[in-house]
Amino acid sequence: MINKREFLQAALATTALWGLSGHGNWGRLAAQQALSQDRLLQFDDFGNVTLIHVTDIHAQLKPLWFREPAVNIGVGEARGRPPHVTGKDFLSMFGIAPGSPDAYALTHEDFTALARTYGRMGGMDRVATVVKAIRAARPDAILLDGGDTWHGSMTALRTQGQDMVNVMSALGVDAMTSHWEWTLGQDRVREIVDGLPFAFLGANIFDAEWDEPAFEPYKIFDKGGARIGVIGQAFPYLPIANPRWLFPDYSFGIQEARMQEVVDHLRGTEKVDLVVCLSHNGFDVDHKMAGQVQGIDVILTGHTHDAIPEPVLVGQTILIASGSNGKFVSRVDLDVRDGRMMGFRHKLIPVFSDVIAPDPDMAALIDAERAPFAADLDEVVGTTESLLYRRGNFNGTWDDLICDAIRSERDVQIALSPGVRWGPSLLPGDPIRREDIHNACSMSYGQVYRTEMTGETIKAVMEDVADNLFNPDPYYQQGGDMVRVGGLSYAIDVAKPMGQRISALTLDGGEAVDPAKSYSVAGWASVNEGTDGPQIWDVIEAHVRKLGSVRAEPRETVTVSGA
Amino acid sequence: MEMNRRKTIALGAGGVAALIGTAALAQTAPATTTAPAAAPAAPVTPGKTAEQWIAEFTGGAGVTEGGVELTAPEIAENGNTVPVSVAADGASEVLLVATGNPVGGVMIARFGPAAGRREIATRIRLARTQDIIGVAKMEDGTFRQATANVKVTIGGCGG
Repeated sequence: MINKREFLQAALATTALWGLSGHGNWGRLAAQQALSQDRLLQFDDFGNVTLIHVTDIHAQLKPLWFREPAVNIGVGEARGRPPHVTGKDFLSMFGIAPGSPDAYALTHEDFTALARTYGRMGGMDRVATVVKAIRAARPDAILLDGGDTWHGSMTALRTQGQDMVNVMSALGVDAMTSHWEWTLGQDRVREIVDGLPFAFLGANIFDAEWDEPAFEPYKIFDKGGARIGVIGQAFPYLPIANPRWLFPDYSFGIQEARMQEVVDHLRGTEKVDLVVCLSHNGFDVDHKMAGQVQGIDVILTGHTHDAIPEPVLVGQTILIASGSNGKFVSRVDLDVRDGRMMGFRHKLIPVFSDVIAPDPDMAALIDAERAPFAADLDEVVGTTESLLYRRGNFNGTWDDLICDAIRSERDVQIALSPGVRWGPSLLPGDPIRREDIHNACSMSYGQVYRTEMTGETIKAVMEDVADNLFNPDPYYQQGGDMVRVGGLSYAIDVAKPMGQRISALTLDGGEAVDPAKSYSVAGWASVNEGTDGPQIWDVIEAHVRKLGSVRAEPRETVTVSGA
Repeated sequence: MEMNRRKTIALGAGGVAALIGTAALAQTAPATTTAPAAAPAAPVTPGKTAEQWIAEFTGGAGVTEGGVELTAPEIAENGNTVPVSVAADGASEVLLVATGNPVGGVMIARFGPAAGRREIATRIRLARTQDIIGVAKMEDGTFRQATANVKVTIGGCGG
């Protein structure tokens, strides 16, 4: 192994453009570019190996709005460290000019105005153009998908992921790992994987009964004169964060010792020159794992939806964060010689849909996949007068609208809505089409339950979720945001231990929540089998139809301290 | 996809005997092929603290950290059946304590001199988030331990 000093020198010598000489290069260089396809794709080929990374597409085939978080708190060692830097701090850390295309792509600042200036992002037909352009320059490039691909839209749910399988196969993916894929049920996952033209990797997916590996842990590629081992790491907390009954035969977990064993096997027995981990751990988990497991050169991170314009270095491992929803494609060129990574050059390519031309073949495929559902998808249910967004540690306006719908349609005092990180945004004045509602809540277990909970139970639920997000040890973080609440306000001290973070629970109207008293509560995405109730998208649609026009301004229901 | 026991068994009726045989083994020792003799913990005495369980096991001798490998998930997928293993080179006995369970003593495993690997794996029920402690009595009479925190959650909202 090379030592850190040699590594840094090698990297610095060869990454003048997109290197890691501290933060700040990215924006200055990006600001010099005109917004054109050629400039967006411009990349001086480097070394002999190219990785292309996409992740957390959440079945978003078409260009979209996606507002990045205003609040993304890091705890413990992660405090103030990317990706836990937002807004103006993010712009200044990376030297990005306010109001620039990159400010729009990477932060929430002036989102609505900049969205109108720079247009929607993503679209898998545009992603296809980017991938083809990279492959034209580097035919040996390896395309890796970090998972959360077969979930997140009405068409993905109705086709049980088939639309995404067809699109990703046409895109030419070489290997993927998984998370929400499993919410289609284990039989469907096995059916797809049996016919998949690329590898479905998960070193940490074990047979729950026999406690032995259940899927391929890695795949080896001989590309660019190098032998490259790609290890898959599925989302570790699937049976906890998602319904275990949908995939009862499988067990997951971080399994650090297993990861080390696979890395050692690749280096010792398979004699690879480069070890890449295609991960769905979440960024902070990967950051810790990079320091614990020896011998990983590149971690392609996923799950937590972070877009970071420069690689993050942990020891001799580089971490790449490629965003979500098709907004970005990462290109990583590597100089791999004599069994070592000697240097790298990286670019987080923002997919501006008005700038990057759609690939005609992929556009035709996407249209064909959507055609059977077109009338359903495009039906206008209402209009929004204000920005609807979700991403952020606490309630977004989409969540407030969903909680309002639940309280109104299910006639309850309190609504709970999961703090998932997917769900695109809508701009003021946008029609709310049925597809937009599904994009915010599509899932295989969307029933809206209705129940009674004591104040004590409500607090316990919130403490539990808060610890999944704010536990100072990343290995105890599940990677979602805080549960969203309706009809309720509260204070949270993120620095406190579990059980002491949540206080001042108050009902709408100002009455304090009594631990001993029972309240009517409804919510969706229960992990329990046999949950009864209408589907969440039908509940939202009924509510929006009644309102006709929606106005959801950010609410001051959560008071945060300790950050 | 890899060939594994589940699939091998599904291939033919000849695998049925293996299913029964290995399923029974899996209940006590899924992580090791050389299952040592596992004795149940001493007769159940509710109310004993974790410290008391350990003190009885050690006879009051000092316990040092290190030399024991305690493997458990950071967050339990199912609190009713949490896979846990304790390994300690040179151990003659191993005590496993679940500090947050109503009955803290989980098991004492005794390794004979012929035992190849001094490792015991099992699945245990955890009532709530808690520390589990593996204490090893070494062949030289000293004691070593390792602690792991296992979180048992309500479950919720994965991003």
